[in-house]
Amino acid sequence: MDDKFDVIIIGGGIAGCTSALLLARAGVNVLLLERAEQAGGKNISGGRLYSYSLETILPGFAQSAPVERQIAQEKLSLLTHESSVTMDYRHPEFAQDATSYSVLRARFDPWLMEQAQNAGAQCLTGVQVDALIQENGAVCGIQIGEDRLDARVVVLAEGANSLLAEQHQLVKKPQPHTMGIGVKEVLALPQSRLEERFSLENNQGTAWLFAGEAIAGKAGGGFLYTNRDTLSLGLVCNLSVVSNGKNTLPQMLENFKQHPLLRPLLKETELLEYGAHLIPEGGINALNPPFGAGYLIAGDAAGFCVNAGHTVRGMDLAVISAQAVANTLTVALQKDDFSTTSLATYQAHLENSTLWAVLKQYRSLPDTLLQNPRYFAEYPQMTSDILRELFEINRHPAPPLRSILWKHARRAGLITLFKDLIRGARSL
Amino acid sequence: MKTEVKLSKNHYVIDENQPHIIPADHPDRQILRQLVNVCPAGLYQLNPDGSLSFDYHGCLECGSCRLLCDEKTLARWRYPAAGYGVTFRFG
Repeated sequence: MDDKFDVIIIGGGIAGCTSALLLARAGVNVLLLERAEQAGGKNISGGRLYSYSLETILPGFAQSAPVERQIAQEKLSLLTHESSVTMDYRHPEFAQDATSYSVLRARFDPWLMEQAQNAGAQCLTGVQVDALIQENGAVCGIQIGEDRLDARVVVLAEGANSLLAEQHQLVKKPQPHTMGIGVKEVLALPQSRLEERFSLENNQGTAWLFAGEAIAGKAGGGFLYTNRDTLSLGLVCNLSVVSNGKNTLPQMLENFKQHPLLRPLLKETELLEYGAHLIPEGGINALNPPFGAGYLIAGDAAGFCVNAGHTVRGMDLAVISAQAVANTLTVALQKDDFSTTSLATYQAHLENSTLWAVLKQYRSLPDTLLQNPRYFAEYPQMTSDILRELFEINRHPAPPLRSILWKHARRAGLITLFKDLIRGARSL
Repeated sequence: MKTEVKLSKNHYVIDENQPHIIPADHPDRQILRQLVNVCPAGLYQLNPDGSLSFDYHGCLECGSCRLLCDEKTLARWRYPAAGYGVTFRFG
């Protein structure tokens, strides 16, 4: 191994591997270090990868990558304690770059790392980086035990729980309300039964999100993704909300699984794995500058993640930030300039990308939607009550729809309802 | 299903000599209650006498406990050494 690399990347997730791939393609001498024994061994994600960004780097990747199912069906459910209201959408034929796939990271990440290696990146797994080395105020290498590896520039892609960046004061420790905690079970279900249960054919998959009683009316929600012969089932909840709540997170997950909508879907499944992961959800207002002398920060470590309620995006944004890393560093390496001013082009590349547009679009979401319990408790209940009155037939004459709607709207408070509607619509 | 049963499905290599998380001696009860609520592996438990039971075996390495407190509650929080800790086979 050379003792000095052009670029050392810390973290073998989507951001790290994609950065390594692009830099190696550009002829850069790049080393990627991952603390798990195998790529993906420490990585968890809810499990849905929007393909458009990776498609530009690895066209047609899903034909050879170990993806699980192509998402053809979107479901969104509002839950009350014992009822549910579900929106169910089936996609027409996808445009090629508009597809998305359910993925399991312990399968997907090794493949992505292999693409980086094939392009010429050196990737080492089972390596824990203990510290960064800084000289004259610039990051210039890393420390592993007694060993030191020098680099012209270091990319931190160590994920949402970004210890190294914090340890060296490159970022501030995230506030609990800017982070979500996700728990997830992987449940085995034979392929034919899974397809029958979710009305799927061939390689089609379902992505299903749940709000409302999923987490006791708190900000957050549940998710269920169909994989080839497993389900990814879990909850995401804001860290400050669950820490101050009444139930423990494991108990909330158990309650969720007992909901009458969920229980039949999970029947006769077998638990294969239980995992958890932090999710940056503070949005653009919670970001630290993702660059400085001798370093760039990418993916979850930089907080590039958006939870919009109906979609959760992190992996596609990680790919975009990796593209910005590569664009920045190929120029910086040519100029041999890794000063803060030189690496500030990273910010410019990010701001010119879809990533920034997405972060900007949802900038008020963390403060409005996620902090307003009415969206997660009262409105699911109201929707459910309206539908119950509409569908429940008994010996009394049914009230007309307009009076049902009027009654419930008045009960919720017309002005509050109107304001929340506008605010909710604006933040999306 | 109990959390311990769920954790037993995971693949772990435990570093018996080196706990990667060590609670402080006299942590704040209010904060401990938050850790009890949040830890997805249920590793923090408050005893009736108010003391803390903590076991680093079964840790999912999510880092949520770390974000909720400082060294007054957790004297150490680091990742398990290379080769140790949880390995996700699905992820």
